Amino acid sequence: MWKRDMLEIRNLKAGIDGKEILKGLDLTIRPGEVHAIMGPNGSGKSTLANVLAGRPKYEVLSGEVLYEGKNLLEMPTEERAREGVFLAMQYPVEIPGVNNIYFLKAALNAVRKHHGEEELDAIEFLQLAREKMKVVDLDESFMNRGVNEGFSGGEKKRNEIFQMAVLDPKLAILDETDSGLDIDALRIVAQGVNALRSEKHSVLVITHYQRLLRYLVPDFVHVLAGGRIVKSGGKELAEELEQKGYDWIEAVA
Amino acid sequence: MSELRERAAERFAQLGWPTPRIEEWKYTNLAPLAKVEWRTSRPPAGADETSALLYGSRAFAELVFVNGHFVRREGAPLNAPKDERHYADWERNVMVALNTANMQDGARIEIPAGTVVDGFIHLLFAGHGDGVWSHPRNLIVVGANAQVAIVETYTGSGAYFTNAVTEIVAGEGAVVDHYRLQCESREAYHVGNVTIHEERGANVTSRSIMLGAALARTEINVALAGEGSSITLDGLFAGTAKQHLDNRTVIDHVKPHCESHELYKGILDQNARGIFDGRIIVRPDAVKTVSRQENRNLLLSESAVVDSKPTLEIHNDDVKCNHGSTIGQIDQEQMFYLRSRGIAEDEARNLLVHAFAGEIVDRMKVEPVREQIRRALFQAMPQRLPERRVNSR
Repeated sequence: MWKRDMLEIRNLKAGIDGKEILKGLDLTIRPGEVHAIMGPNGSGKSTLANVLAGRPKYEVLSGEVLYEGKNLLEMPTEERAREGVFLAMQYPVEIPGVNNIYFLKAALNAVRKHHGEEELDAIEFLQLAREKMKVVDLDESFMNRGVNEGFSGGEKKRNEIFQMAVLDPKLAILDETDSGLDIDALRIVAQGVNALRSEKHSVLVITHYQRLLRYLVPDFVHVLAGGRIVKSGGKELAEELEQKGYDWIEAVA
Repeated sequence: MSELRERAAERFAQLGWPTPRIEEWKYTNLAPLAKVEWRTSRPPAGADETSALLYGSRAFAELVFVNGHFVRREGAPLNAPKDERHYADWERNVMVALNTANMQDGARIEIPAGTVVDGFIHLLFAGHGDGVWSHPRNLIVVGANAQVAIVETYTGSGAYFTNAVTEIVAGEGAVVDHYRLQCESREAYHVGNVTIHEERGANVTSRSIMLGAALARTEINVALAGEGSSITLDGLFAGTAKQHLDNRTVIDHVKPHCESHELYKGILDQNARGIFDGRIIVRPDAVKTVSRQENRNLLLSESAVVDSKPTLEIHNDDVKCNHGSTIGQIDQEQMFYLRSRGIAEDEARNLLVHAFAGEIVDRMKVEPVREQIRRALFQAMPQRLPERRVNSR
């Protein structure tokens, strides 16, 4: 069956502060697929995630990114989110004074409004939030605090996955969500992402290590080095990388 | 009384309208006000229709003043002070001299010793008409171990000038929660003085919210004149367009074991200018003083300006004092985070601005007043994008 591509990246060159980091990246993700991008530090993994989400200061130099056939790079950050692109951030920022639950309700309703759906009232939203909170094992007391305020590293990552579960994006991008997590937190994160998997949802997992991929099994693994994808394969490629490290890849690149 | 007026008038004539040549008025020039032939005016018919800012039956008592004239009172009857001593210093403060020379109506209230007022007393001052000035004069005497919340609201329409003085005397062990919401007309001028005198063990919280007027200056003078007394000064000033909002505070630690906690936050947008000039004096006798002073400012546009001048003047060694000030912009990481979840840029900005203000607003104890101030703040800040757009693609 033919499926429209979810994401199509063609010869993407991008960077920050005038420095080119992605040097012609190609990647195609179809609905329902889970892709993992692995690579050494400085290979451009986070640049890719940030460019896709539209983080200020990142510049696209050339190439194109189509999301469901539309030019993603022309959309403002909030429109990308409303269209179903979600970035689980590597370093979620703390926003004291902005209530977690109020913020997420505003976000969900912005997404719903965008799709012509009715906004959820406080009771309906809380019901949904409680249900999703269980998936990531977050205590309800977190919801009435400031966004990420005083959260531990693991709690911040789980909060990212919780937000993802509530917003139900079509394309979830996980930017090193596994870094700094103990094995229990890692399982919870994987469980949250696995719950989202369906033939309509795609996931792009960006990671340095293979360990998350034991719980969140990808359909495709790509190796990013020097700003380009230098090798692609199935899930066994991740294991190979774990055993051999990245040195042999860099030699190939 | 008429002798006092005359002496104050003479003093004002000697000192003249303040200009930046005087250290206390370094940032604010009232010389343009001197050119106006200000007049007093009776309240115009229907002038107290400022219903949105009235609390009605939610207040324990509510007094309405228009153009300096008492108009009406609702709620419980109040006692007048037995002894009208004056604490606001008209000999040294020129605008207090002007008020004293021309003083009009105001609230003169005494809360008897040991009385806990069930609710808050609201004083609303409205100015109406171009070229009209008013000089409201309030005296709130809170007896020993009495407790009360006092709310002052300043509002109006037109290019009038309000020059108000409020004196608060907190007797031994008295607890006072004071709110001062300045949301004058955007064409108006506002000068306000709050003089707080605290006796032994008194505990006063005074919150100054400055949102309105073309030019406003609020001065708060606190004398911690009794051992173990404490003051919390919270301030929030939010300016836009070409508003000029000047905050001056002086906390005088006279006696030992007193505490002062001061936090002023400024939000300045467009071409607004904000000033925080906070002075803390610790006298030689005021040992075991604890004092914390902080001023934090958020600039929302490149042409907004803030001057921050926290000053400590310490005359003994046995004190714990710290102070500081910061000036910053909207955090672009926070902005990106909110937008990356689907929240529009202007809404994200509003969320962050109100989060910044929330630290002051959220801790207001009187719920209807807190919500009123939250609403007023929301209306005062423009619902539009900042001049310097966030770099986005």
